[in-house]
Amino acid sequence: MSAEAHGAVFHAPRGHQFDTAEQQKDASTLGMWIFLVTEIMFFGGLFCCYLVYRWLYPAAFAAASHHLDVALGGFNTAALICSSLTMVLAVNASQHGKRGALIAFLILTILLGGVFLGVKAVEWHHKFVDHHVPGPSFLFEGPDARQAQLFFSLYFVMTGLHALHMVIGIGLLTVLTVQAKRGKFTPEYNTPVDMCGLYWHFVDLIWIFLFPLLYLIDRHAK
Amino acid sequence: MSEHTISTKSYYLVFLALMAGTALTTWVAFLDLGWFNTPVALSIAWTKAMLVVLYFMHVRQSTKLTKLVAAAGVFWLLLLLGLTMGDIATRGWLGSPGK
Repeated sequence: MSAEAHGAVFHAPRGHQFDTAEQQKDASTLGMWIFLVTEIMFFGGLFCCYLVYRWLYPAAFAAASHHLDVALGGFNTAALICSSLTMVLAVNASQHGKRGALIAFLILTILLGGVFLGVKAVEWHHKFVDHHVPGPSFLFEGPDARQAQLFFSLYFVMTGLHALHMVIGIGLLTVLTVQAKRGKFTPEYNTPVDMCGLYWHFVDLIWIFLFPLLYLIDRHAK
Repeated sequence: MSEHTISTKSYYLVFLALMAGTALTTWVAFLDLGWFNTPVALSIAWTKAMLVVLYFMHVRQSTKLTKLVAAAGVFWLLLLLGLTMGDIATRGWLGSPGK
């Protein structure tokens, strides 16, 4: 989606293999969704691992889950949902040729993504301070320390992989912002904005499941 | 597909529903519903996910092929989780050695 920036006015560059611009866009959307399905399976393996160990060691997982901060997790969920709203408004602005609004919403989305990562960093820092990072210095009160270590391993891998996706997403949005400033997107051609939007919403989607599974579902039983 | 002329108003409505769902799932998590807590949390998460997929990701206006691919993703995920748990969860049933 890069390479074709030469400052020229972009009139929906269309590959010769496509009959219409709409067909080209449908093909892009389909390709993006196939990529997202591979991402579902990528995260799905981790969700499956989480499910198996939670099934085998429910008490340890409940005890370990209580050490996560619901307030910070909830705040981050809200931040991500806000960023999904600004992203969809950015896509909408690009479809209507509102360049100023597009740039503003892209920057807002980047900022909200940054807020999410900042809060995540604070949470991870707490885990390091509390010796809840799996490894030789891992400390956990109670009888299930070894199994709790499994929970925290999954916590770090799942939230870490999610955060990596956020970093990539912020990178993509930064490129989009520069391209939007150069006037690359028009109501006829805004496919990159749309595709990055799909990616960003997908990352939100993963968090929508991570938040209850890691932070919430064992809260009721102390 | 590219003619998704959803009004921005519906985006704000979906946004409010997602925020309400987040508040609801957080509140419910602190109530003791026994084994019911997990299904409730997953139902709310699934509802939120469907709102994001259908409205923010515009699958509602997408081509049938795109809808099929999205549904196939969910199908394969359920296959992965279902078959794995079909093994893990039933290993003790027969009391066979090497459980």
